[in-house]
Parts: sequence; C-alpha cells; structure tokens
Amino acid sequence: MKIGFFSIAFFLVITVSGQPIPQIKLKELQTLMTAENNRIQVINFWATWCAPCVKELPLFEKLNQENKSIDITLVSMDYDLDPDPAKVERFVARKKLQNKVVILAETDPNSWIDKIDKNWSGALPATILINPATGKRKLIQKELHEGDLEKLLSEITN
Amino acid sequence: MKVLSILLMLLMATVSPVKQGFEVGDTATDFKLKNVDGKMISLADYKEAKGFIVIFDCNTCPYSKAYNQRIINLNEKYASKGVPVISINANDPSSSSGDSFDEMVRIAKKKGYKFPYLVDETQQVAKAFGATNTPHVFVLSKDLKVVYIGAIDDNSRKADAVTKRYVEDAVDALLEGKTPAVTKTKAIGCGIKWKNS
Repeated sequence: MKIGFFSIAFFLVITVSGQPIPQIKLKELQTLMTAENNRIQVINFWATWCAPCVKELPLFEKLNQENKSIDITLVSMDYDLDPDPAKVERFVARKKLQNKVVILAETDPNSWIDKIDKNWSGALPATILINPATGKRKLIQKELHEGDLEKLLSEITN
Repeated sequence: MKVLSILLMLLMATVSPVKQGFEVGDTATDFKLKNVDGKMISLADYKEAKGFIVIFDCNTCPYSKAYNQRIINLNEKYASKGVPVISINANDPSSSSGDSFDEMVRIAKKKGYKFPYLVDETQQVAKAFGATNTPHVFVLSKDLKVVYIGAIDDNSRKADAVTKRYVEDAVDALLEGKTPAVTKTKAIGCGIKWKNS
C-alpha cells in the first residue's frame, strides 16, 4: 500500500517536472561516437534556446520512428549557459521527445570541441552521422530540413 | 589599379575555391558597412588605430546577451588605447526578426554602444572572415593582420568566473608588439543565421 502511494507520488513528480535526463561527460560521448555496437550513430547537438535546433528536432523524431536500426542521440548543450537540467527536462517532456536525450555536462568548451570534431566551430545546431560499417562520417553545421537526414544517411551508407 | 585588384581577387577566387575565412596570420580585407547611425564605416576610417576587435554579434543569441556587457567593457578598456570594438551583425532578419536593422538601432541605443554596430546585409563580410557563430571575435593589427580568432573568454555563463581572458590577452600582446600566447579558440554559440539555409 505504502509502496503504491510512493510510486504514484513519484510518477506525478516525474510527469510534472519531466524525466530526469542523464548528464554525461565528454568521455561517454566519445564512447558513443566510436559506435562499438556497429550501428549507425546520429548525434545532434542542440539547446533549448536555439530556435533552428528546436525547429529541426521533429526530423530526428521522425527518423527514430521510421528506422529503429539507427541510434539517435540528442545532446543538449544547455549546460554551458545554465547547469540546471530542469529547463531541458521540462522541454523534453513538453515536446514528448522519444529519442534518447543527454546533457553534456562539461565546462570550458575550447578544451573539448575539437575532440568531438576538429571541423566543428562550436555553433549550434550541429549534427554528426557515423557509419561504423563504411567508416564514413559527416558533420553538418546548419539547420537540417525535410529529406536532408535521409540524403546524408545514404551518403554514409554507400 | 582597381582593375588589377579585381582581377587578382577573381584569380584568387578561382585558385582557392575551398578555403573560406581568414586564419591567424592572414591579412583581413577591409569592408564598408552601414552603422546603426546610418553612416558607412570602414576600418580604414580609423587612421590612428593600433588594431581592431572585430566581433560578429547579434541581438538575439543568448550567448550574445551573456557577453553584451563584456563587449561594452572591452571597448571601454581598449578604444582609448587605440584598439576599438567593431561589432557586426550578419544574421538574416528574415529567419531571425529580432536581428532587423531597426532592432539593432534600438539595442545600440538602449545599451549605449560607444562602438559601431554594423549590419552585414549581404553576409559577405561574415563569409570573408569565416565567422560562424555569435559572438565570434577577430583581433586585427592596424595593418589588418589577424592575430586572434575565437571566444572572448573561457566562461560564457559567468563573467566573474572567467580564468582565461583570450581577447584581452591578445590585445595586450598586440599593444606590446608581441604574439598572443593563445591565437585560436572555440566556443559553443549560436550559428550565424545564413540566408537560404
């Protein structure tokens, strides 16, 4: 009975404030990017304050629904300006995002942007696609539009 | 002379189609852009300058907002020493309405900018420099040699928690006739809102 009450209370809390979102370090992101599971990785760098990022998020949601063999990770870069994860959690809950969302909890971006991709300026949005089978990799440093992801995926497949 | 320089530019454009933007050590090209007061401004107008802090900035980006006072402070500290801030907004107002010229005029007035805030309507200057985000700084010597490219400092969130003042260090080095210890940095920021993208 007591357990039931607590689980209902807990359920209410997470529904109102949004799911707790894992805060990861650069090392975990790098591990993800090595694609050890041999699946195609699509990694999108975004932030709640970034209008073009928010605009392109539905494209990743659509891809997730259509193609379960691809791993999609939405990496929130909000931490740099605001370390409180509440805003990201509320945003993810409100938008009902189904994709995996993580918060990159690192300071001093100059020390790690090159470690994610040497060609990345640090500007948002940015998307990296990695195909471990072909060894091909793409970095896109602008807002994506309908059909762009499919085109990019075919480029790293062939 | 003019014909020759145009020919030279055309030649360079055909020879190096891939590389876009200046690197540290390159000589930047001057520009002529409209200021919030309606006047056209070039770097060549600053006859006494010992250098320039060219900043690609905008009205709307949270990083620009976080750095706004720090940019004002940079000009306050260095304009009198001959290294003024020259701020340029290249954002396409059709995808970012808060970055219209009228809004630039309003912000410059509200914040009391004592430095030019120029509109790069065609985005050609931002492209020539290789600016990618806001705020994105290019410290130039008086003969327009690029001595530093990157972030203002190492803490966007809190000005009082900064440990590395990249731009100040670069300008101090420039004024002492030295090469800055750090010449290039990167920062998370808002991508410049390019046209048709």
